[in-house]
Amino acid sequence: MSDAALETSQGIGWQTIKVFTVLVYIFMFAPIIVVVILSFNDSMFGGFPMTGFSLRWYEKLMGNEAVLRAFRTSLWIALVTSVVCTALGIMGAMALVRYEFPGKEWVNTMVIAPALVPETVLGVGLLLLIRWAEQPRTLGLMIAGHIMLALPYVVLVVQARLIGIKRVYEEAALSLGANRLQTFREITLPLLMPAVVASMLLVFTISFDNITASMFWRPSGVETMPTQILSMLKISISPEINALGTLMIVVTVGLPLLGGFLARMLARGTRD
Amino acid sequence: MAGTLMTAAEARRPWFLLGPTLIALTVLMVLPICIMFLFSFYEFVSAGIDRDVYTLANWREFFTDSYYHHFLWKTVRVAAITAILCGIMGYPPAYFIAMTRFKHKWLLLLLLIVPFWISFTIRTFSWIHILGEQGAINVTLIYLGIISQPLRMLYTEGSVIMGMIHFLLPYMILNVYVSLEGIDRNLISAARTLGCTNFQAFREVTLPLSLPGLMAGLLLCFVLAAGSYVTPEILGSGRDALFGNLIYDTIMGQLNWPLGATLSVVLLVMLGAVAAIYSRYMGLSRIFKGLSR
Repeated sequence: MSDAALETSQGIGWQTIKVFTVLVYIFMFAPIIVVVILSFNDSMFGGFPMTGFSLRWYEKLMGNEAVLRAFRTSLWIALVTSVVCTALGIMGAMALVRYEFPGKEWVNTMVIAPALVPETVLGVGLLLLIRWAEQPRTLGLMIAGHIMLALPYVVLVVQARLIGIKRVYEEAALSLGANRLQTFREITLPLLMPAVVASMLLVFTISFDNITASMFWRPSGVETMPTQILSMLKISISPEINALGTLMIVVTVGLPLLGGFLARMLARGTRD
Repeated sequence: MAGTLMTAAEARRPWFLLGPTLIALTVLMVLPICIMFLFSFYEFVSAGIDRDVYTLANWREFFTDSYYHHFLWKTVRVAAITAILCGIMGYPPAYFIAMTRFKHKWLLLLLLIVPFWISFTIRTFSWIHILGEQGAINVTLIYLGIISQPLRMLYTEGSVIMGMIHFLLPYMILNVYVSLEGIDRNLISAARTLGCTNFQAFREVTLPLSLPGLMAGLLLCFVLAAGSYVTPEILGSGRDALFGNLIYDTIMGQLNWPLGATLSVVLLVMLGAVAAIYSRYMGLSRIFKGLSR
């Protein structure tokens, strides 16, 4: 029986599933769309009903020094984290895919662990470490923490692509006299580029968006974008937050879409 | 290199490559967790002050005070409800995406991944606009004359669970989808030709074969829900705080670091035990199959 027959013969059951799926997608996107709509609301209050179309909350946001500072802080943390974390992740994934060594399973589990240990626990842990070592909370510590949190995802993404890159290409380069580093730079890295771009974007979003761990790690007086939003929420649901939310949606959705597009172009380039 | 004997340099290379990662994880994760265990035996003197005198006081407090048991039980209950609702809401869409002949399947998958990019904080507070007194549901119902007073939906356990489902559903759908994708379609056709109805074929073939994905999704949703801190903070009232909030308040609010360490160890051990039981029967590596695509 073909797929076509399978689908049409499923009748009412299939229709129900279809409708249910549409409802789930609506469930996923409705709250986000509402934030975007409300960000243009002229009302003083951050909720319904709409009283008119206005851009004034965006204007107000551009003059909000605390928000701009938090944005710059988050941007820097996310940039440094994505570069360092991607580099570490590529090295780790190379070792895990290209080599056999004792204790490999164990290393694999350890690399994935930060994604499974609750963030609250990781947050407390790092805080206790610096208390134990009698060190202050710094931005550097926060970046180190973000690197740890994002590392599993980089290793997984790079591993997945690396498995698909045939080893013979590297062996050919090696037998032609290239050393390991040259082989990596000339052969493996270009083939790996889509995964590298994807990882950097993924880490950027993970770091830029992190709130639970950042609440524990931020130096006193320093706010990142999400902690800034949380403290604004505690005061009131002002329309400014909707405008801020909309801007962040545009950045965090637009950036990966652009990156995915770039990665696809790069992949096409290397495949030819 | 296959077949040739490995040189010593060759054997060292993977460790050289893994070095920075392993050092980072040891210093940032393993060592802190060890210190956490150690701290849970420290003596609490007063806010912000503790002594490295070893005592069982923190553990005694946790084991004897029903306040903590209540929190633990509530966290397990809320996380379990969240995970099960995610399973119920996530399975049909995963089934649809896996079985549909719709040409742009990738679009359906992309729409599931997009929420991962949208800030978690924003996705969480957006529910205030849906469930709040000035939210979409209440405003619409009042406008239609169905109710005269706004319903109280926000700042309840229900709204916390709703927020967590919204955050966790893509994890569930992707996990189930991956295992449904892996099923050999011939098996379903075979069941049909042997006289099964569609529903019987689903119950006897498709459902059992997709169980590993469903179980992985349940574990992931449970662990992430039980460890959550921000969702109850934004969408719940004080009474809806979960274990994560308790830990945060103990450490950042009361500055009782030893007790905070004890509670963190409890959460870690509890979720570790759940993951270990799961791993014993299912294998842990499956969980991330849905995420690494």
